[in-house]
Amino acid sequence: MGVILLLPLGAVIVRALSGGVQPLIDAFHDANALHGLKLSVILAAIALVANGIVGVGGAMVLIRHRFFGRRFLDTLIDLPLAVSPVMTGLAFLLIFGRGGWFEPLLDSIGWKVTFAFPGLVLATLFVTFPFTLREVGYVLEELGTTEEEAASTLGASPWNTFRLVTLPNIRYGLGYGIILTVARSLGEFGAVLVLGGAISGKTETATTFIYNALEERQEAAAYIMALVLAVASILLLVGLEWMKHQRNKEL
Amino acid sequence: MNGTSVAVNPGRGSLAVRSGVIAYVALLIVIPLMALIARGLTGGPSQLWAAITAPVALNALTLTLWTAGIMSIINAVMGTATAWVLVRYRFPGRSILSALVDLPFAIPTLVTGVMLVILFGPQSLMGKWLIGHGMKVAFASPSILLALMFISLPFVVRAVEPVLMEQDPAEEEAARTLGAGPFTTFVRVLLPPIIPAILSGTIQSFARALGEFGSIVVVSGNIPYRTLTSPVYLFGEIESGRSDTAAAVSILLLLIALISNFAARGVLRLVGVNRA
Amino acid sequence: MSIRVSNLNKRFGSFVAVDDVSLEIPSGDLVAFLGPSGSGKSTILRIIAGLETADSGSVFFNGEVADHLHARARGVGFVFQHYALFRHMTVMENIAFGLRVQGASRQKQTTRVHELLSLMGLEGMGDRYPTQLSGGQRQRVALARALAPEPKVLLLDEPFGAVDAKVREELRHWLRRLHDEVHVTSIFVTHDQEEAFSVADRVIVIHRGRVEQSGSPEEILDQPATEFVARFIGEANVYEATVNDGIAQVGALPVPATGIPNDTKATLVIRFYDLKFWRDDQGMATVVRTMTLGDRIKVEAVIDDAGTIFSQFPRRSSLLRGIEPGCRIHIEVTTARAYPQGGHV
Repeated sequence: MGVILLLPLGAVIVRALSGGVQPLIDAFHDANALHGLKLSVILAAIALVANGIVGVGGAMVLIRHRFFGRRFLDTLIDLPLAVSPVMTGLAFLLIFGRGGWFEPLLDSIGWKVTFAFPGLVLATLFVTFPFTLREVGYVLEELGTTEEEAASTLGASPWNTFRLVTLPNIRYGLGYGIILTVARSLGEFGAVLVLGGAISGKTETATTFIYNALEERQEAAAYIMALVLAVASILLLVGLEWMKHQRNKEL
Repeated sequence: MNGTSVAVNPGRGSLAVRSGVIAYVALLIVIPLMALIARGLTGGPSQLWAAITAPVALNALTLTLWTAGIMSIINAVMGTATAWVLVRYRFPGRSILSALVDLPFAIPTLVTGVMLVILFGPQSLMGKWLIGHGMKVAFASPSILLALMFISLPFVVRAVEPVLMEQDPAEEEAARTLGAGPFTTFVRVLLPPIIPAILSGTIQSFARALGEFGSIVVVSGNIPYRTLTSPVYLFGEIESGRSDTAAAVSILLLLIALISNFAARGVLRLVGVNRA
Repeated sequence: MSIRVSNLNKRFGSFVAVDDVSLEIPSGDLVAFLGPSGSGKSTILRIIAGLETADSGSVFFNGEVADHLHARARGVGFVFQHYALFRHMTVMENIAFGLRVQGASRQKQTTRVHELLSLMGLEGMGDRYPTQLSGGQRQRVALARALAPEPKVLLLDEPFGAVDAKVREELRHWLRRLHDEVHVTSIFVTHDQEEAFSVADRVIVIHRGRVEQSGSPEEILDQPATEFVARFIGEANVYEATVNDGIAQVGALPVPATGIPNDTKATLVIRFYDLKFWRDDQGMATVVRTMTLGDRIKVEAVIDDAGTIFSQFPRRSSLLRGIEPGCRIHIEVTTARAYPQGGHV
């Protein structure tokens, strides 16, 4: 089974380097490629921060509170996982694109969402939403409330309890969720393709760069970018496993 | 034992956080999906039906369903076996295998597709060998199965592993001392407790495979009536400006994914497990 | 600080955890809530702490209503059954926590922490983490942590449940000595009778969410107010019989049952040590077996026309002379408690 997973990776490396090292160096100077990578990284950073914060808050709300509609919220949170990326792109297109619900509003502000950066942000936030929330939620559930109760009896305010007791306890679950978020964000393709249009130099992320390169028969460039992403994935994977190990140790 | 997982009496700050989260979810997730559903339903049920049953769409749907279905079943078996090996045995390279199982979560689907093209495409060693033997993988249906196998592999393993870890080996030993052979022990002692986890993982794997786009669009050739899956069909419709039909088919896919999700949760709740 | 609880009620779904409970605990007392699992004793404690809210009823601290106060505003020190130490903080940081979040100066924190470390016999362990400590040490840290902010009340929820028997005994001594030195009003919850009787000034027996009896250990032992208390405390023989002229006839055995009107069915509770057996060939019961329980001997016999009866004797007791399985004995009941049927459940 390891073979199934490793062989393709090896093949990419071989192919990417088959043209020698020169194409590799050229690739690093290709403005579009660099822009695509930069865009992907920025999107990942935004998703990390936004969904990280909402993830922690959401996990606290979901696991520690009881309120009407909580189960429903629980189901909603998993929705991005059930939606195909292309559908995600379509959904946002329908709201913000031509004839969409928010089109008049956007026109009046002069904002563009579709085929522009904001659209990419929204798509990325959508697809990466559940990860941090679920991972932090899992840890919160396993840890239970006694340490927080203890902090309460000792006079700590809810914020202090969260800051000094809860947060340190969930750090590895949070780390794990954040890395998943980044990995998913870098890998997002269908939604940004549909919503962003993969316009070189503007809305072309690393993944859509690969797609465009393949369409234009520029295989070398495609493979090299794929290699870059593959290497990044491996690094993220190592981080993922480390976080998981640390988290399991503490639980 | 760590007390409950629920806190009592959230204060004002907590209520603010709750409202914030609900607003975020409503804006980011609910509204877009509602727009999708609304668009798909404009034109009424007859339009919806027509869009869904258009020959190409229907064929794509069948292809998607059966490939995802078969892959899920294969994953159920292989995933359980992998989880078993990971939990019950210690061997050098075990952590690497464990990491490999998580690999599909870290790798972009598009890169997966590229890898498959490199490996099995007509210009590759493997590809040439296969074509020589009359088998086509890249740009043919087997490639879909391979892609799906890769990306949906982790779900069953990750669902079964924790349950298996909680199992007490003493139960197996007891069965052995009572005279049960390995197969009987497996079927009667080990299998029942993990069946809900297998089911949950399989359904997650199925839902994931249903929506798969990135890897398939690169490697399958996207030939209508042959290797065109629903997500790729959707993409085509959107690019051609036919948002209505795209939305209609989306609703159907969404429905299938949701129903299987609910079915999974329902089964889990029936059996008394409380983890999503 | 005195604590008063008035008409407390709490349900969890359809389960009644606390049923119209009213209690008073004078300032400086060390009181035990004693009862079987699920009796509601922990719930009452948590309501006093502010960790749970009662459905109805009130909690008063020094005569003032405390219901509206959050746990953090009540000035209670709470010790949890499974320690609940902050796993990412050192022992010192754990103990200093209460003072720290209340804004005490660094200096004050350090002084107080060192005070408590020596009080609890934990000198030198300040830099350790909870995972590096034994169960007994962890619970002492938990105690120190609860005491650091000088709480007005100390509440302990089965504090010694998670440690070995030997360590439990040591901890009980700590608690008693601690209380003698610090004089904080303290309540601890336990299901262990020996623990409650050896540590507390007063014991409150709780069953099914209700207060069965409140009093000194001697009062509870010698004058059980309800059938439950009589059965729960110590070991007892229990029978049902009809009382006439102050005697209930359990088969061939007459049992004194004072205070019960004639012709009433009653439950009779006879402690093992409130019986005398001696060998008598014209006796009223037959010995079935004798069991050696270390320094005691337990004798099981069957009363004519009635059921089994147990008694206990010190190993070398002269009363045991001649008693062996199969022999006939005479039984005399020194004291028995009788409760009319349909009284307490």
